[in-house]
Amino acid sequence: MVEAFFWPALLGYGEAAFAYATVRTSRAATWGVRLGWLAQTALLAAQVVGTDGFPWSSWAGTLNLFVWFLVGTYLIWGCRPRFRLLGLAVMPLAVTLFVVARIGGGTNSRVSHYGDLFLVLHVGMLTAAFAGFTLAAGLAALYLWQEHRLKGRAPDILRMRLPPLASLEFLAWRTILVSLPLLTLGLAIGVIRQRRDGGTFDQRELLTLFAWILYGGFLAARPTGRRAACLALGGFALVVIARVALAGSHFT
Amino acid sequence: MTLTLVGLSHHVAPVTLRERVTLDLETAGRLARSLGDAVCLSTCNRTELYLDGVDEAEAVAALERVAGEALDGVLYRLHEDAAALHLFRVAAGLDSLVPGEAEILGQVRAACEAADPGPRLGHVFRQAVVVGKRVRTQTSIGESPASVSSAAAALAAQVFGDLKGRHVLLIGAGRIGELAAANLASRGATIAYIANRTVDTARELAQRFGGQAIALSEVPARLADVDVVLSSTSAPEPILSAADVPSRHRAPLFFIDIAVPRDLDPAIGKIDGCFLYDIDDLEAVVAETLELRRAEATHAEQLVADEAERFRSWRASLDVVPAIASLRARAEEIRTSELAKVDRRMSDDALRTLESVTSQILNKLLHLPTIRMKEAAVTADGAEYADAVRYLFGLEEETP
Repeated sequence: MVEAFFWPALLGYGEAAFAYATVRTSRAATWGVRLGWLAQTALLAAQVVGTDGFPWSSWAGTLNLFVWFLVGTYLIWGCRPRFRLLGLAVMPLAVTLFVVARIGGGTNSRVSHYGDLFLVLHVGMLTAAFAGFTLAAGLAALYLWQEHRLKGRAPDILRMRLPPLASLEFLAWRTILVSLPLLTLGLAIGVIRQRRDGGTFDQRELLTLFAWILYGGFLAARPTGRRAACLALGGFALVVIARVALAGSHFT
Repeated sequence: MTLTLVGLSHHVAPVTLRERVTLDLETAGRLARSLGDAVCLSTCNRTELYLDGVDEAEAVAALERVAGEALDGVLYRLHEDAAALHLFRVAAGLDSLVPGEAEILGQVRAACEAADPGPRLGHVFRQAVVVGKRVRTQTSIGESPASVSSAAAALAAQVFGDLKGRHVLLIGAGRIGELAAANLASRGATIAYIANRTVDTARELAQRFGGQAIALSEVPARLADVDVVLSSTSAPEPILSAADVPSRHRAPLFFIDIAVPRDLDPAIGKIDGCFLYDIDDLEAVVAETLELRRAEATHAEQLVADEAERFRSWRASLDVVPAIASLRARAEEIRTSELAKVDRRMSDDALRTLESVTSQILNKLLHLPTIRMKEAAVTADGAEYADAVRYLFGLEEETP
């Protein structure tokens, strides 16, 4: 059953990753994103039904969930014809991560390592927040590229159009605005559980806390222009280090 | 249907002649109606008469009366499929001076409405509007700006997105600057200040745009209040230096310099948050976008060719439609008269059943001949088939 949903989801995402390359096919790409995301939603639902507990507790399972959040956030914020090039950045990443999740067994896992609701909420919320920060970083990177092209007076600036600087800046800010409360809740739940079980504060938590401070400062100060884009990318770098460089579960 | 086109355009006629035959919408509509079933499409680049069953010589004479001279050598004449294909290309913007320009589509629609042509000519124009829309939605031929002033506005939109609520400072009250400012205003920007060496000249323009006239010396002080600065004076020295520009931490400032020699210090473009485009930059952008339009034109030509093929099928079907209609009417007449002979001898239920059964028999019997005649209409045999049906069934129909 789970298998039956993986391939349509991959097909939809894969189609979008290629179809965003041209203006003419970008509408088909948007449909690929929508249908692929629906198929992945069905896949996740099938995993929930087939598992007693939280089915995405492995790194690959978390990656599977991360892709779903990432594409879902992109669908809400940026899935428009004018944001074609954002799709061209997001969808190949989503396809790659989805395939990695599959190779790691994250799309057909039926074993739950978490029997604890705290952990389920902790992992779920942090994954959703990280997906949001990833999209915000993508928007910030596009902002810097667009600004560079405008500053450099690139003749093809209207031929290969990116979204306006103001839109990119606003969308990145809004994505962080939505993601930070999720990060806050996820962290708070993790800390409560840790206190209950007597765990210690590790490097991953420390880095995530730095990221929280950085994103919190970002929302409070609401910087603009290049500074805002660099901050969003800096926060994302902390998130990546926390997730990838310090890989491995810190749960018991 | 006998579709004919008589006209002249920027391809064959100089502007001195075109301006004499350019008609406003009302006059064009009146001219078309005076000829009969006709539409007159008149823009600054073309004046064309599309005729259905109207004498071509009469149309030429009408155009020559408007021009006040003989038009031999500059008029082109196209007939049937070629005329329709030309109209479709015109509506798609493929025959325009700038490929893909959008204004022509509205002009085609308006010309048709003003002339109020017969159903067949009206159908051709509706089809032209459809193909014009398809070209605009299915290709990106019209998305890019084709002039320096529209490129400037499009670039400003690349920074700010929606220009509504954005304030513009126009330096210089000349014609070129006015055009560029009008382009920004058409996208929703507010022309807040107009600075000029002669404030009285600036005041005239300010009244038109609803802005405020200021002296050139006030420009640096106003930079903090605006989002776009558009400069086009004939001053020999730069008007604004990088030192005049305030720090822009929170909002970008977009400078457009279309003056030669340049009005704005190139160092302004290096300031954080400031973007500067001069006339060479804008022309380079326009050259790129025109290239894109030309590339998209190939795809647009294919869409137009598909529509021309549909037109050919539709026009061919006109030869057999009257014969089909007469055949069906004749069959229905026989059915009704035969039923009338028996209706008093039958119950209501039985009569209803008989009505239904005979209708179905007729429909099934005539279905295949109808399809075959429509298929034949697309080939050269259509008229012969129609004649054969008329002869075999003794049909007399009015020619539409």
